[in-house]
Amino acid sequence: MSKVISVAGLRKSYGSNRAVDGLDLEIEQGEIFALLGPNGAGKTTTVEILEGFRDRDSGEVRVLDFDPSAKGNAGQQWRDRIGIVLQSTQDAGDLTVYESVSHFATYYENPKDAREVIELVGLTEKSDALGRTLSGGQRRRLDVALGIIGNPELIFLDEPTTGFDPEARRAFWSLIRKLRDEGATILLTTHYLDEAEALADRVAVINRGKIIEVSTPDQLGGRATSLATVSWRDGVELREEKSANPTALVSQLAQQFGGEIPELNVRRASLEDIYLEMIGGVDE
Amino acid sequence: MSKPTALSIGIQRGRLEVKQFMRQRESVVFTMLFPLILLAIFGSVFSNSIAKGVTFSQYFVAGMIASGMVNTGFQQLAIMIPMERDFGTLKRLRGTPMPASSYFIGKAILVTLSMLIQVILLLAAGVIFFGVNLPTSAHKWLLLLALLILGSACSTVLGIAFSNVPKSGRGASAVVSPVVIVLQFFSGVFFVFTQLPHWMQQVAAIFPLKWMTQGARSVFLPDSFATREVAGNWETGRTFAIIGAWLVIGLFWSIRSFKWERD
Repeated sequence: MSKVISVAGLRKSYGSNRAVDGLDLEIEQGEIFALLGPNGAGKTTTVEILEGFRDRDSGEVRVLDFDPSAKGNAGQQWRDRIGIVLQSTQDAGDLTVYESVSHFATYYENPKDAREVIELVGLTEKSDALGRTLSGGQRRRLDVALGIIGNPELIFLDEPTTGFDPEARRAFWSLIRKLRDEGATILLTTHYLDEAEALADRVAVINRGKIIEVSTPDQLGGRATSLATVSWRDGVELREEKSANPTALVSQLAQQFGGEIPELNVRRASLEDIYLEMIGGVDE
Repeated sequence: MSKPTALSIGIQRGRLEVKQFMRQRESVVFTMLFPLILLAIFGSVFSNSIAKGVTFSQYFVAGMIASGMVNTGFQQLAIMIPMERDFGTLKRLRGTPMPASSYFIGKAILVTLSMLIQVILLLAAGVIFFGVNLPTSAHKWLLLLALLILGSACSTVLGIAFSNVPKSGRGASAVVSPVVIVLQFFSGVFFVFTQLPHWMQQVAAIFPLKWMTQGARSVFLPDSFATREVAGNWETGRTFAIIGAWLVIGLFWSIRSFKWERD
């Protein structure tokens, strides 16, 4: 079974700036894969090369067994199998949601049903509303509807939930999971680490044009085995200790206090802590 | 489902373009009514005759019809496409299997329809309010049709080509409109061409609008007026040759330079 995306030794420079500098990446079928990295790390360039918007300087790139830089008819057939949700757009303000979605369906050989897709993204009540009257979150869901109308095998999602309220984000996440469960592979770029943690099967951290690590969200950066931080109150003083054996420390404290430990808190590094450490570490 | 063709998608896009256009009231009013307002003003101010049996209104309607091709093609597209580029419309389309030609077919449909509405409105207003005479021979009507087809095609491809010149959608109107207005003055739309300074006539003769207005005059003015043109005749062959040459230039220029994304 071949990989949905496979990249080896990808390089792309803008003048003297090496935006992507020998990047390797493999994405399996049916997974939600999150690409994390600070601004300017090469995330956007990489994704745009995978989407066929940008040419590379060197390296091997296969997306659904196709070289995205190839031109012509084959490119069109390939585009029939992928869906791209770009960063926020504001086009088609004078068309209704249904008009836009059903029109985009005509581009594809085997599209989903427009009404069903609108239902799926939760815009049924807004079907007949003009694009320019939608709120930011509704607008974003329309972007997603246009990205998935072609029934894609691979979906690119670029910062999909920027500007969402917490409830809308949760609804959006379950939509993405639903698409994955239907068999689509999803490549997600995001700034929100909790989003990557909640959604992604695997994450990759990219910095300075290279992948630093690929892992599951709970294993990234040795997170599962990292030291836990135990904190408690000892009289007026708030004390904190890093420990590889927090359970032993807690039971020792429990004996010391003769039962309840005041203001006990045991904490593992969050994905954000690990991530910041990783990209900070490269900067030094 | 069978694979949709570039033409069928292009027709769908044309329907969509027209729908969007009609929903933008300001631009409908600007594109369609502004030439009528100009006709009303010029027709009222210059109510004299410029030659035996030729009122200024008659001369002006011919010029405005030629301008209509430039407004609905060149001007409309050279302003609209940079805005679509800014809004991300073009990049989104690039990411779909839609053939590039479908996008241009859609634009051509929009231009054709708005140009026809424009011409009909100008002719109707001219006949009703300013006593403009319509051509009486089938030959002249055919000439008008040929001129409209070739002229609009030329104007459309030049508009697509020129859409790469404005740096942003917001600035597009400021870049494109002066080009059109200056050309209109130079090309004898607002004034009798032969009364313009010689150098202005020569500059105008490089660009297609001068030839479109001259072609329109050959349709709407009596043949006796031809002797008062610069060359002493209508130069119909040269008119079509020069507009055709610009069509070819525009075609190559637009294919070579078209960008789906802002740099």
